[in-house]
Amino acid sequence: MTVAEPIDAPSAPDQGRAVIEIDDVSKVFGDYVAVDHADFTITEGEFFSMLGPSGCGKTTTLRMIAGFETPSSGAIRLEGQDVSRVPPHKRDVNTVFQQYALFPHMSVWDNVAYGPRAKKVAKDEVARRVDELLEVVRLSDFAQRRPSQLSGGQQQRVALARALVNYPKALLLDEPLGALDLKLRQNMQLELKRIQREVGITFIFVTHDQEEALTMSDRIAVMNQGRVEQIGSPREIYDRPATVFVAGFIGQANLWPATVTARQGTTTTIDVAGRTLDVTDDDSGLAVGDAGTFMVRPERMHVELELSDPDRWTVFATVTDAVFQGPVVRYELALPDGAAAVAHVPARRDGLPLPGDTVHASWSDESGVLLAGSPALAPATGNDDAD
Amino acid sequence: MTEPLLAERFVLEEVVHEPLPPEKRRFRSRLLGLWAVLVYAWLFAPIVVVVIFSFNDPAGKFNTAWNEFTLDNWADPFQRQDYTEAFLTSLKVAAVACLVATVFGGLMALATSRYEFRGKGLVNIILVLPLTTREIVMGSSLFTLFFARNASLGFTTVVIAHILFCLSFVALTVQARVRGFDWSLEDAAMDLGSSPWRTFRTVTFPLILPGIAAAGLLSFALSIDDYIITSFVAGDGTTTFPMRIFNANKTELPPQINVLASMILLVTVGLMGIGAWRTLKRNAAAS
Repeated sequence: MTVAEPIDAPSAPDQGRAVIEIDDVSKVFGDYVAVDHADFTITEGEFFSMLGPSGCGKTTTLRMIAGFETPSSGAIRLEGQDVSRVPPHKRDVNTVFQQYALFPHMSVWDNVAYGPRAKKVAKDEVARRVDELLEVVRLSDFAQRRPSQLSGGQQQRVALARALVNYPKALLLDEPLGALDLKLRQNMQLELKRIQREVGITFIFVTHDQEEALTMSDRIAVMNQGRVEQIGSPREIYDRPATVFVAGFIGQANLWPATVTARQGTTTTIDVAGRTLDVTDDDSGLAVGDAGTFMVRPERMHVELELSDPDRWTVFATVTDAVFQGPVVRYELALPDGAAAVAHVPARRDGLPLPGDTVHASWSDESGVLLAGSPALAPATGNDDAD
Repeated sequence: MTEPLLAERFVLEEVVHEPLPPEKRRFRSRLLGLWAVLVYAWLFAPIVVVVIFSFNDPAGKFNTAWNEFTLDNWADPFQRQDYTEAFLTSLKVAAVACLVATVFGGLMALATSRYEFRGKGLVNIILVLPLTTREIVMGSSLFTLFFARNASLGFTTVVIAHILFCLSFVALTVQARVRGFDWSLEDAAMDLGSSPWRTFRTVTFPLILPGIAAAGLLSFALSIDDYIITSFVAGDGTTTFPMRIFNANKTELPPQINVLASMILLVTVGLMGIGAWRTLKRNAAAS
């Protein structure tokens, strides 16, 4: 595979102290490499997401942080201490499980009290903490109910309170919103964010839903086939994807084959869409003659009958389809070299091109990204949750 | 097997034919009710007779014909020392066999459900085998085994034999209960700081307890009940309650047998009733 080297995690923000260090961790099950040299640091109070398709290694990484799996190599440090081989019940991290795993034979109150009781916290203190946490998740009135008597969203919040009641150094969340319907999921996203701000604990969130990750995270680690492809803020990951996989997995992207023809200083000249283009902000690492991929987000494209800015680099294209989608019109274009392009253009009242028209397709310089590797490296089915 | 088929025919006729006039329909449903009563009478008559005759004051040595109502038998159930002794032996055997079989059978069920290991399939087959082995075969082979080892037959050999056939019942009953158990509950407990032992004590065990209790009751009943295997391995010195009754029935059948048997029945039905009541209550609370 010729993916670009995963770019290093941005050095921890100055205000943040490292809570969890994943130091060159791999996990192998038989012949299967579940996690391949993951190496990053999660800082105090951060909302950190691990995002990727199923089987990308995100859950295995989470289970290693929790202590349910042991790294095959590398080390996991919790506040500087190597915990790679410490069993789960002796680690100061807690988990919200995918199916909640609430104890069905205990009341909500006893579920939440389970952690501090296991840690032999004094009785009054247990009561104080449980009441406080039930307050935080707004379930004080349900303390005496059994989990089976609660709705999915309420069960979710019990699981959250139960995991937070030990005041862990980090809270691990394994696709906790997966079982909820869309509306509830969106509410819970905001609720989770609120609770995280309220308690100030580091959240490590595992999800395959890119929208969820973009909405809640301070930083996201995008994973694929056991490797960390990129770590960055939602903005960085969306605007400046480091690999073709990331570009294709997050949001929608036009991914065109491109070839580097010249390099001069900070300017890289490429052949794309049957034309020559100068890229200034390039860190693809491609040498002259290398083939790569050029990415532009559909909503960064301009589709015009008359070019409004004559200085802009442009390519002639034919409109093959135009679909009104409310706020935007979705254009499908054929480029001169036969490649297809998708553009989302704000739906104005008039002056919009129609199918069959020849148009200027263009984008502003900073919205195109040159990437190493072929466009085929994008995830096969895309991630079109947003559509 | 013929009873349910016949009962089905009544139901089918109602479905297939034109609606019958109400008086005829009423007649048929009464007939069906009567039929049901007869079936249950057939099933339970022997048990009812045992209980009724525990209140009989027999004329001779055989408590088989109704003579006179009395409470004397119940007032002094342990009057006949030989029967009482056999009864106590049965209880002791059952208690030890049930305890050992429940603990080890339960652990086996947990191991085979929770973990993947080499030879798991084989273990499962070995667990089922004793259930499909006829008692006469198991009894005689155990006898041969003990005899060959020069073991003195008695209380210990009876207990060993009972543990043997109870073990499979317990393991399979608990397995059925544990199937579908959400093991992530154990992960959750340990994640919250609970040691493996505390996790078992506070989460796993309480949740599988109904299955274990059912298995324990079942093995207790099986042990009290067994005659064939026991008679092979008991030797001369040890006599269980079923053996005592069988050995005596040529010469006498005192009413104390009925009293002691009724007591076993009472306790069993009582425990089952409590179980059913708790299940009902839980279902009512959950809905």
